[in-house]
Amino acid sequence: MSTSFVLNGKPTTLDADPNMPLLWAVREVAGLPGTKFGCGMALCGACTVHLEGQAIRSCVMPLAAVAGRRVTTIEGLQSEAAKAVQAAWIELQVPQCGYCQSGQVMSATALLEKNASPTDADIDGAMSGNICRCATYSRIRAAIHAAAQSIKA
Amino acid sequence: MATETVAPGQATRRAFLKGAGTVTAMALTIGFEWAGATRRAAAIAAPSAGALFTPNAFLRIGADNSVTVIAKHVEMGQGAYTGIATVVAEELDADWSRVRVESAPADAKRYANLAFGTIQGTGGSSAMANSWMQLREAGGKARAMLLTAAATEWHVPVEELTVEKSIVYHSGSKRQARFGSLVGRAAALAVPETVKLKDAKDFKLIGHQVPRVDVAAKVDGSAQFTLDVMLPGMLVALLKRPPQFGATVKSFDATAAHAIPGVVKVVQVPRGVAVLAKSFWAAKQGRDALAVEWDDTNAEKRSSAALMDEYRRLADQPALSARTEGDSAQAIRNAAHKVSASYEFPYLAHAPMEPLDAVVKLTANRCEIWAGDQFQTVDQANAAETAGLDPQQVSIHTLYAGGSFGRRANPGSDYIVEAVSIAKAYGADGTPIKLQWTREDDILGGLYRPMYFHKLEAGLNDKRELTGWRHVIVGQSIMADSFLAGMIKDGIDPSSVEGAASIAYAIPNITVELSTTRTGVPVLWWRVVGSSHTIFAVEAFIDEVAHAAGEDGFTFRRKLLEHEPRMKAVLELAAEKAGWSSGPMPKGKGRGIAVAEAFETYVAQVAEVSVDEAGHVKVDRVVCAVDCGTPINPDIIAAQMEGGIGFGLGAVLYGTITLKDGRIEQDNFDSYRVLRMNEMPKVEVHIVPSTQAPTGVGEPGVAPVGPAVANAIFAATGKRIQVLPIEVNTG
Repeated sequence: MSTSFVLNGKPTTLDADPNMPLLWAVREVAGLPGTKFGCGMALCGACTVHLEGQAIRSCVMPLAAVAGRRVTTIEGLQSEAAKAVQAAWIELQVPQCGYCQSGQVMSATALLEKNASPTDADIDGAMSGNICRCATYSRIRAAIHAAAQSIKA
Repeated sequence: MATETVAPGQATRRAFLKGAGTVTAMALTIGFEWAGATRRAAAIAAPSAGALFTPNAFLRIGADNSVTVIAKHVEMGQGAYTGIATVVAEELDADWSRVRVESAPADAKRYANLAFGTIQGTGGSSAMANSWMQLREAGGKARAMLLTAAATEWHVPVEELTVEKSIVYHSGSKRQARFGSLVGRAAALAVPETVKLKDAKDFKLIGHQVPRVDVAAKVDGSAQFTLDVMLPGMLVALLKRPPQFGATVKSFDATAAHAIPGVVKVVQVPRGVAVLAKSFWAAKQGRDALAVEWDDTNAEKRSSAALMDEYRRLADQPALSARTEGDSAQAIRNAAHKVSASYEFPYLAHAPMEPLDAVVKLTANRCEIWAGDQFQTVDQANAAETAGLDPQQVSIHTLYAGGSFGRRANPGSDYIVEAVSIAKAYGADGTPIKLQWTREDDILGGLYRPMYFHKLEAGLNDKRELTGWRHVIVGQSIMADSFLAGMIKDGIDPSSVEGAASIAYAIPNITVELSTTRTGVPVLWWRVVGSSHTIFAVEAFIDEVAHAAGEDGFTFRRKLLEHEPRMKAVLELAAEKAGWSSGPMPKGKGRGIAVAEAFETYVAQVAEVSVDEAGHVKVDRVVCAVDCGTPINPDIIAAQMEGGIGFGLGAVLYGTITLKDGRIEQDNFDSYRVLRMNEMPKVEVHIVPSTQAPTGVGEPGVAPVGPAVANAIFAATGKRIQVLPIEVNTG
């Protein structure tokens, strides 16, 4: 069985079980390991990717469900918001172990792409699905605000 | 077990808590290191090897001017790679932008943690403390050799040379040379016996805001974790483990598992039944389809509630003394005012974001391992024993660990041994095999922070002065039944009582006792180890005592810490920065304070909480003061305090692992709750300036947050928190 979709801007056909979660399809079949496995139940956000620009949990999204649609992983981030988020993450030295940070960056980017000036409550709403066991939360919050500022500047 | 790798009397956690013992071990090891390094330097002097300067086990300088620092410690988020590289680069005067870090191979001779004796591993917040002088000398001696090389080439006195950002200058002749152009000549030199290290006032990197070496790769998804290891022909293995600790495989039927496309083989190993497949998804489906019948004859079948009942009873039975000063029984008996309380702590899982995983490539005479390895030479020995090889035949590639909090350093090397046993059962034919744990495997998998019951009593005299203190701790030993059992002295596992037996308050009569229990639930150190429960008990109880004495929690503590200047100083700093004396908070809000010493680092925290009418607790702000000796990287210290506070807070608010009839009742982040973004307080970190030897920061920040929050809840509501997690009390 093969599934065709747009992966990081490129038309892609993956030959895999259509029920295989998108997470494992992008990691093991497409060979893009930046998206991480954390819980397998959409509880931690480590596997966050963009589907048509929306942050989704790829660990519970069957490959077949993305047929014909646009998927972006951490490897394919290009937007102004994404670059601002990554720059702010470096500036504020957000990561510790770093394992959850692909998912954090993906969630933060999706937030800024639809909300240029998120409040703390907006950040709580968009980011509380992404667990960081190193608890880098204060810096993530500050980095999202900093990224929003840098886009406006 | 890895008994042969432990030097008796050296690898004690207690030993590395004591500065003097650590310094002695350090000096000896440096001597040894440098004897070896001299031989290596000579070997590299061969004509063909001019492109590389490898003056010691920690440093490599290339003709391209690259500086590679070899890290003997794992990078699991705590910033060890950056700290290690900073110290070497400081004494070397290297260009920070050209410094790279590479992980060391497993090698107890070259890369032992000097605080652990002869074990290579990371723990006890010791990475920077044990490496400090070793790495300064490594950098300083290499710099001296590069200077000698330049002086010889230019025929000028070495004293006239200066170094900045990997370039050697001679101002008199206006000459300069990059490190890279000197490596050939430097490599031919003997390593100097001694070297003058920098004065702290001359530090350019240490104490400054040096960016982490690992951040860029952790922002674009390119950092490589064990999960990301993909080798040609690699199989993914998932292991079905028993539903109760101690149960074993009676029989299994793999028919349905084999029917899953992609499943390659099903093998039985000592810990369960493994499904090997061409993909994670196939292995997962195969494992789900596997039918296993378990033999629970020797399984732990009790519930945690029943265990806690037993612990409560044991707290009133005679126990072993961990510390006795004066006569606390008499002091409390004769006291004008008596205070007593008990505290209950649940089992806790570490739950690092990267579930445990390891890749193993095993043949008849070689075992190659890739892992976010926190206990390299212990894992090497255990892997060797499992494979039937010598430790020298086992090599370990240490990768970034996606968190650990102690979990990846365990005496039995559980996840490594599982992976090797699966590779062996598969046929040891060199097929790379990745053992992947799921989150459920992680939460259900044991090696928890032990459950504990604490009982405390105190007596105050008629002047309301604290005269007697009795503290009884009941719970499992982390070190028993492992190669660390030798550290248990007179029945006392030091990791069960640290933070309690070492209580710093000036109290004339003190008794600290331990009753060690046994259960079938495997336990392990968890970030800040004993102080994850002892500091809560001590700091929550001293608050109760202060209240009984009619005094403010801060002034009461300060009075009892006159003889502990560093502890007193962090207490005062935290109180000052938090505005402790600014008067009472509005209704429904409260402020609490706590102070701790853990791994020779001093931390005080003031928490501010809001409690709504339904009893729901929100921690609004935590102000933290820390004294960790010389601050090597202030931003990483702040990050570790922030992270430690968030980690500790999640545990005290929500964290609990419970058993019903021996079965764990939590299995993922829905039932095992951890702190999330919306629950993170504002955190302010204040670092005490110091030129003392650096101590660790990975763990100590976790210790005071729980009691600071509990004391703040009391200030807000008048209710004491004595059973954890806090959510159990407040709904």
